[in-house]
Amino acid sequence: MFSESAIKELDEIRARYPTSRAALLPALYVAQRESGWLSPDAMEYVAQVLNMPKAVVRGVASFYAMYKCRPMGRHLIQLCTNVSCMILGAERLVDFLKNKYGLEEGGTTSDGMFSLVIMECIGGCDVAPSMLVDSDYYGNLSEERIVEILERYK
Amino acid sequence: MEKVLLKNIENPNSHEINEYEKIGGYRSIRKALEMQPKKIIEEVKKSGLKGRGGAGFPTGMKWAFASADPKFPKYLLCNADEGEPGTFKDRPILEKNPHLLIEGMVISGYALGAQYGYIYLRGEYPDAKDILNRAIKQAYNKNYLGDNILGRGIKFHLVVHQGAGAYICGEETALIESLEGKRGQPRIKPPFPVNVGAWAMPTIVNNVETLSNIPFIIEVGSDAYSKIGSPECPGPKIYCISGHVERPGVYELPMGTRLRDLIYTHAGGIKGGRKLKAVIPGGISTPVLPPDAIDCAMDFVAMSKAGSMLGSGAVIVMDESVCMVKVCYRALKFFEHESCGKCTPCRDGTGWLRKILGRIEQGEGVDGDIELLLDVSNNILGKTFCPLGDGAASVVISMVKHFRSEFEEHIKNAKCKIQN
Ligand code: SF4
Ligand code: FES
Repeated sequence: MFSESAIKELDEIRARYPTSRAALLPALYVAQRESGWLSPDAMEYVAQVLNMPKAVVRGVASFYAMYKCRPMGRHLIQLCTNVSCMILGAERLVDFLKNKYGLEEGGTTSDGMFSLVIMECIGGCDVAPSMLVDSDYYGNLSEERIVEILERYK
Repeated sequence: MEKVLLKNIENPNSHEINEYEKIGGYRSIRKALEMQPKKIIEEVKKSGLKGRGGAGFPTGMKWAFASADPKFPKYLLCNADEGEPGTFKDRPILEKNPHLLIEGMVISGYALGAQYGYIYLRGEYPDAKDILNRAIKQAYNKNYLGDNILGRGIKFHLVVHQGAGAYICGEETALIESLEGKRGQPRIKPPFPVNVGAWAMPTIVNNVETLSNIPFIIEVGSDAYSKIGSPECPGPKIYCISGHVERPGVYELPMGTRLRDLIYTHAGGIKGGRKLKAVIPGGISTPVLPPDAIDCAMDFVAMSKAGSMLGSGAVIVMDESVCMVKVCYRALKFFEHESCGKCTPCRDGTGWLRKILGRIEQGEGVDGDIELLLDVSNNILGKTFCPLGDGAASVVISMVKHFRSEFEEHIKNAKCKIQN
């Protein structure tokens, strides 16, 4: 179910740890990258490869915010609304995304282009309010800037 | 003060090994490998370095415990999880000065007798992951890492392990659980990780900034090092400041810099010349301070005397436009979300506090809510496995202590006077 390079990557990852269980978090990242989210099939496959119960894999995956156990839009917007960002207007941006794109917290735009996750601090507090789009950082956000940034991903 | 931890970071190629070597990088490794491991630990002890992750435990002492344990292998873990809202102090080291951290880890690993190190990196720093991996490769190529470092028969291997977005994994035992591939829930202590840590072996967990101090201590010696900063908490410190200041960002200054100087001199004062209302001095889990408390040195000792904590040295500045009830509510929403669920006072308490704060904020608070907030907080404080519960409770207690009238007005007038 995984690409050949992903399988090779898994082998390499396993060699870095004294137990194969320790390879679980990095393996879940690989699985997520392969299919965009952690489908039940992907988790079952990880369980097989690492030789551990499926329930364990699911239990771990569901604990961490960065594993997506539901399908996501093509691009993931992770917007911080914690205190440094909040006091500089992050909540207005959440409203803006909702009004302009119909994008709600945890939701996906109707064209499947963007999903929105509200974050607890992404370490960009000096340029608050800030967000990650996929793995790109953006700070000093305003409504205009968000529009301009999102256009680039379309 | 000459920069130690953020030296050379204005150089756009500061993350490259050649640039690092050019300014004297990797020289401390050579010096350290000439020393007996015990002597290195002694130097670190004498330097007075206290852990920069938040707790401020003396680093040398922690090392001595782990090195005294005969079990083998030992592990050295770098805590690069910095998830504390308001904190981004380790980021410039990870992204712009990765070799300093690597050098620090190799020296520390040698001192401790650890042959394997892991950098537990927060998942939200994708750039840092690539930069670190590249830097590690460069260090292997130059023989600063590997089975036979610099031909001295010393072995140390280093791996970047990416976290997956759980604040609690910054707690050292939760970090270990997570590294082992489990849900990141704190372990009960004792046994301490220095004796029973990763894969049940002696394990040292140190923050990025802590480990990055080590090459400098070796270079200048503990005497010269301990002359920087305050006598009880020596050394350089990276402070990060955000919120309503003119120049938010990271500042490397001597430990014990006054909070007022950080805000008004270094960060340029309050944005737009407005009035200061409140400061959270060490990340969202440290008690809030009113404006009259900012004439205080920012180190572990002075900050706790002032009624708060140095924490990660992450200052959040708020001007008069900010509603403290709202800040408190947002903070508790965070704690509720990040509570790992292992112990009842925290799991249920943070949610309960968030609910009460939510209704006050919405103008639906009732008489007795403030007492209830304090009662619930006091039933969390000191009764949880790990400091997350304490952090949540002490934030609420300090907010009510310094801004009680704001809570009262919210309840009485059923709305907020500051924001509408
Ligand atoms: S205090 Fe909270 S985060 Fe810490 S162990 Fe208890 S439930 Fe988990
Ligand atoms: S509070 Fe938003 S990035 Fe830190």
